[in-house]
Amino acid sequence: MDTRTNLSEFFINRLIKASGYSAIIFVIMIFYFLLNEGAATLSEVKLSTLFSTRWYPIEGYFGILPLISGSIVVTVGAILVAAPIGLSTAIFMSEIAPRWVREILKPLVEILGGIPSVVLGFMGILLLSPLLRQALNLPTGLTALAGSILLGAIALPTIVSVSEDALDSVPRSYRDAALALGATQWQTIWRVTLPAARSGVLTAVMLGIGRAIGETMAVMMVTGNAPVMAKGLGALFQPARTMTATIAAEMGEVANASTHYHVLFFIGIILFLISLGINVTASAVLFRQRKRSERILS
Amino acid sequence: MNNSTSARRAITQKIGFGVITLVAALTALLILLLLGYILVQGLPAINWEFITAFPRDGMRAGGILPAIVGTFYLTLGTAIVAVPLGLGAAIYLSEYASDNRWTRLIRLAIVNLSGIPSVVYGLFGLGLFVLFLHFGTSILAGSLTLSIMTLPVIISTAEEALRAIPQSFRVVSISLGATRWQTIRRIILPQALPGILTGIILGLERAAGETAPILFTVAAFFLPRLPHSPLDATMALPYHLFVISTQVPGMPVKIQYGTALVLLAFVLSMNLTATVIRSRARARRQW
Amino acid sequence: MDKIIVDHLFISYSDGTESLRDITLKVPAHAITVLFGPAGGGKSTFLRVLNRLNDLADVTLVSGKVLIDGINILDPKIDVNALRRQVGMVFARPVVLPMSIRGNLTYGLEIAGERRPAVLHEAVERSLRLAALWEEVQDRLDEPAIALSGGQQQRLCLARSLALQPEIILLDEPTSGLDPISTGKVEATLQELKKDYTIILVPHSVQQAARVSDYAGFFLQGELVEWAPGKAIFTKPTDKRTEDYVEGRFG
Repeated sequence: MDTRTNLSEFFINRLIKASGYSAIIFVIMIFYFLLNEGAATLSEVKLSTLFSTRWYPIEGYFGILPLISGSIVVTVGAILVAAPIGLSTAIFMSEIAPRWVREILKPLVEILGGIPSVVLGFMGILLLSPLLRQALNLPTGLTALAGSILLGAIALPTIVSVSEDALDSVPRSYRDAALALGATQWQTIWRVTLPAARSGVLTAVMLGIGRAIGETMAVMMVTGNAPVMAKGLGALFQPARTMTATIAAEMGEVANASTHYHVLFFIGIILFLISLGINVTASAVLFRQRKRSERILS
Repeated sequence: MNNSTSARRAITQKIGFGVITLVAALTALLILLLLGYILVQGLPAINWEFITAFPRDGMRAGGILPAIVGTFYLTLGTAIVAVPLGLGAAIYLSEYASDNRWTRLIRLAIVNLSGIPSVVYGLFGLGLFVLFLHFGTSILAGSLTLSIMTLPVIISTAEEALRAIPQSFRVVSISLGATRWQTIRRIILPQALPGILTGIILGLERAAGETAPILFTVAAFFLPRLPHSPLDATMALPYHLFVISTQVPGMPVKIQYGTALVLLAFVLSMNLTATVIRSRARARRQW
Repeated sequence: MDKIIVDHLFISYSDGTESLRDITLKVPAHAITVLFGPAGGGKSTFLRVLNRLNDLADVTLVSGKVLIDGINILDPKIDVNALRRQVGMVFARPVVLPMSIRGNLTYGLEIAGERRPAVLHEAVERSLRLAALWEEVQDRLDEPAIALSGGQQQRLCLARSLALQPEIILLDEPTSGLDPISTGKVEATLQELKKDYTIILVPHSVQQAARVSDYAGFFLQGELVEWAPGKAIFTKPTDKRTEDYVEGRFG
């Protein structure tokens, strides 16, 4: 082979290697830029103000606790909706449904996953909020509950597909052994299959949580955008504001390099760290599960 | 075991199965209803004018052409950056990288990128592309932002497609005197192409539907002309839907549904294409 | 005339465990040399030293030389790709590339830069005739190679190596997955080929080794225990360990 081919191949190999490492560079860049703009917050805003319960930027109140509370309330609500439904659907698809039903249901859930969140938010405004207002006799339908329902729909496909994978990968021999001992299919699912798939299901829920916390448009459109601290269970039926919605709604009207601007970036850092924590934990759980099953099966 | 225990167990199973089946059925039904409702409500708005004309009367009439064109440009721009970069990274991870600390770091980085909320990408895009690099609110800034966001999806699906190719092909190719790149170019890539394509399309599908990353980096409320350079801002379908459903009083519901339908059709047709590619490839596998 | 001279070769795995210990032997040209022994003996590792396929795995050279026509192929400066064209390999399971029969055969030449259609076509026919496969596939050269039977696929793999006109052919249990008829065809082909090529074969049974060998070496746990011309090693082995293995007392 002539040296010309060798030279071009040398360059190609370099390019490929550079592409591989680009992911690291991007993460560092993102963190750096967030830090760059967000860290200024700590010098411009007192910590006590930052972690107070009043978010009213126009008058200088930058308390982010109501925003965090809003995110938590909406996310918890979303998981309360999505986890049982998602797990049930996954169990149905993996253990109960005949093949042809599965072939229909799986793409359908995938389609749900493909629906842009702005479309769901739009449906939430036109259909869901009025429905909630009437059904629950509330002053307004734009509440945390509406956000939770939409977020649940958005997190559902993630929970279903990861759970289904986890259930599928439980070795057939486990089920067969339980059935051979006289257990019913139902008992087998609850006492054998599900526990065996435990870490995969946990990962699914964690990834669902990650998806929900990071969601912007749907919640921004239906939760009413009132930054109030959650006080008890009733918070679900009141308007709320998430961290993500705050950034999206206010970044457009903010002066460059103002304190408000910096605080929004600071919130971005918090979101970045939360999603980092969730994803790293989820990957670690998956990794440990794989190691454990490798040991068992070897 | 006596009869009452087994009878009780049978009833428990019946109830349990029944509940689960009901939940799954309701889920499926709701998804279908959702899609159907948008279709039914939005179809009356779709006509030739809607797709080819500019909005009039503060968006309350006319068409959504600039939004459609804008989304198309953004998707194209994202593809131009994310595909080579993502494919290169996938090839590196699958064919070149050994299992050492650096490789684990790369994978960690990819996991992180995939978890970052889309609005944080918007912030990043604002900080780096719009402001620091002075690209301004532009298709360039928006595409670059969306590209980085799309990268993890492309990398992981492409890597999976590459790894699915039997290792024996690589060994045979090398034993015939081929270099690693020759093996990749002539055997591995062509065979993995359907899987890679599926991943690319799914990634681009997500990029096309996202609003938060483009809010501060490219989206414009209304522009009287179509963009003619990457440094122009543009309208886009997701942002347009957001605006007309929340910011414009007196917006006819029909137009809102029509816009939603167009966006949905754009995104779901990509989904369908990816699925078709995936199933046809499975049938034609040569190993 | 010795084609390959192996001089005190030591090979180990990346974690330090020994793979081949002090291998010294001479492989004559234009003959079938058989390397036999129980699993894990190092035969496959040894074959893969000869075409430097070990470079792909976590195997390292500790010391020693392997000379082919007087050139040490373990020298990092030699052109490994050219070596692999010169030393062809057929594996235990037939691995046809995901392309047509013709594509499989021209792959090696195209990799090396050969583009002329006449040359490529001549190589296709020549190698298929050598592998005794021409008659069976001449009408369907453009069909996917995966459509062939197991025995045909393996002969295609042999033809694929032959298309590059190697001087040495390595075969690692080439008939282990084949029925007796296909096995017979392959063994007959090797007898024909040895007139022009140097053949090293790892058999999948002692019986096969006894059938085809002109020279034979017994590998046990990384060592070359015994080496002899002809079929004497199977009827009158000099080392007790060889005798035990040939008699079937272990394996």
